[in-house]
Amino acid sequence: MKATKSGLLVETGDAALTRGMEGSRGNRISLIRAGRAALRVLNWLCMLLLVLVFALPFGWMISTSLKTMPETMIFPPEWIPKQPVWQNYADAWNTGPFLRYFMNSVIIAIGILICQALTIIPAAYAFARYQFIGSKLLFSVVMVTLMIPAQLIFLPVYLELSALKLLNTHLGLILPFASSAFGIFLLRQGFMQVPEELIEAARLDQAKEWKIIAKLMVPMVKPVLITFALFSFIAHWNDYFWPLVMTTNETARTLPLGIAKIREVEGVATWNTLMAGNLILVAPILVVFFFSQRHIIRAFVYSGVK
Amino acid sequence: MTVWEKLRPYGMVAPSIVIFSMFFIYPIFYMIYLSFYDWNFISPTKTFVGLQNFKDLLLDEDFRKVLSNTTVYTLLTVTLTTVLSLLLALWLNRKGFFHAFVQGAIFSPHIISLVSISLLWSWLMDPEYGLLNWVIGLFGFDKLQWLSHPGTALVSLVIVAVWKGLGYNTLVFIAGLQSIPSDIFEAAALDQSKPWTTFRRIILPMLSPTIFFLVIINMIGSFQVFETIAIMTQGGPVNSTNTLVYYIYENGFRFFKIGYASAAGVILLAIVGALTIIYFRLLSSRVHYR
Repeated sequence: MKATKSGLLVETGDAALTRGMEGSRGNRISLIRAGRAALRVLNWLCMLLLVLVFALPFGWMISTSLKTMPETMIFPPEWIPKQPVWQNYADAWNTGPFLRYFMNSVIIAIGILICQALTIIPAAYAFARYQFIGSKLLFSVVMVTLMIPAQLIFLPVYLELSALKLLNTHLGLILPFASSAFGIFLLRQGFMQVPEELIEAARLDQAKEWKIIAKLMVPMVKPVLITFALFSFIAHWNDYFWPLVMTTNETARTLPLGIAKIREVEGVATWNTLMAGNLILVAPILVVFFFSQRHIIRAFVYSGVK
Repeated sequence: MTVWEKLRPYGMVAPSIVIFSMFFIYPIFYMIYLSFYDWNFISPTKTFVGLQNFKDLLLDEDFRKVLSNTTVYTLLTVTLTTVLSLLLALWLNRKGFFHAFVQGAIFSPHIISLVSISLLWSWLMDPEYGLLNWVIGLFGFDKLQWLSHPGTALVSLVIVAVWKGLGYNTLVFIAGLQSIPSDIFEAAALDQSKPWTTFRRIILPMLSPTIFFLVIINMIGSFQVFETIAIMTQGGPVNSTNTLVYYIYENGFRFFKIGYASAAGVILLAIVGALTIIYFRLLSSRVHYR
């Protein structure tokens, strides 16, 4: 019994000893662990804060668009309005000929896209694949166009379009962008990367040149094409400057102009109506962004880098 | 080679070249031509005035204010955007769903129309009922006038520009970071290089083409800022946010001083042209690492 007892004692003593040792090491480990955990929590908190800085303004936009005018002035703010006022969207839509604005935006952005597809693909192909006299000079025209921003020369372009009687027309807003130096530059890189053997093989098969381009080359550069199309559509859908400068009446005005005008119409800013109008403009882009985020980010980021 | 085959490349590039010549190359020369004339757009005759428009511009108080506003705006925007986005890129450069989400969130303003962004921030910066004043109130600060005070208006516009551009710049930096070969980092780790040394000796030099690219395109972009000013401040209060493109726009389209506005346009063209040339010079000589 005694032996057992002492054995037990020893055992407990040993256990206590090991426990103690483990305890001090464990303390240190758990301290490091706690430190790491704290750092991780801090890291996550900072990231949350960062996301908030970008998400809150959009959240506030949605929230405001569903409030009554007096509700927009209550502080601390009510993030979710008790009774969402969908009427604000109708009000915003009715401040001007919004159906026309919307149609104009679609016609112009799509029209530019179609024209660009027709002009850029052959030009990029020629610059990438043919050797011809004067190609360097002609390509330098593309490079100059690429480097100097178009916003600098709106005044002479306005005078030119006015002389051509193209102000206030869809054509007048499409033509200056019917080709894109940036697009040619991007696509040319794409075409240059297609191995020469592929084309040689097709030529041996007596394929016609336009067939080689349409059936072989264009599918090869499809990712670049999608990238550029996204880039172009978003840029022209969002554009405020050119439609503003090149129109003097409502005939060809686009959605961004209509939205910006809500503010002028009301005199006193009715922020709820304004934010509703704003969402009409932003929502399509945000929805597209949500579903093709990777494509869009690549379109903007990687096209710039290389 | 048939004649058709010889002509084909010209036919293929012709539409684009015609568009560029009509709406880009020709307008540049037309603008330079107009800058030597006095013309109000309506009168049938233009009067040749030589360099008078440029002289007037340089003597114009407003234009000097406009130049200094544009420069201050550009320097602040470019510096803040570049430094902050580089820091964010170093922090957020990780794979995984959560990081992709954060990157997407900060990128989102880049694809939103400047009209929306301007209207949204006008509301956030409203001196009476703006959310921003409420938020800084929580931290015990007094209400700010933001866009309605000459002392804060330009900085407020810088805040909006940085907010909009930060995500794009960060993602370009991340792309740059990811293109640095990983064996360099492994070598640095073997040498037990400190994080700061790694940053200064490896990351910074390897990123220099990216930094340079971003600084230049941000500068060119900032120099021609228009939308936020047209919607948020109209150049005011008391000219504190009037910048070059807006000034050209007002002189041309509101006061019909076509020659005068063209001269201002030529000056802007010279500035942007110089920046572009510097960019390509340096790009071909110094900042390349390959």
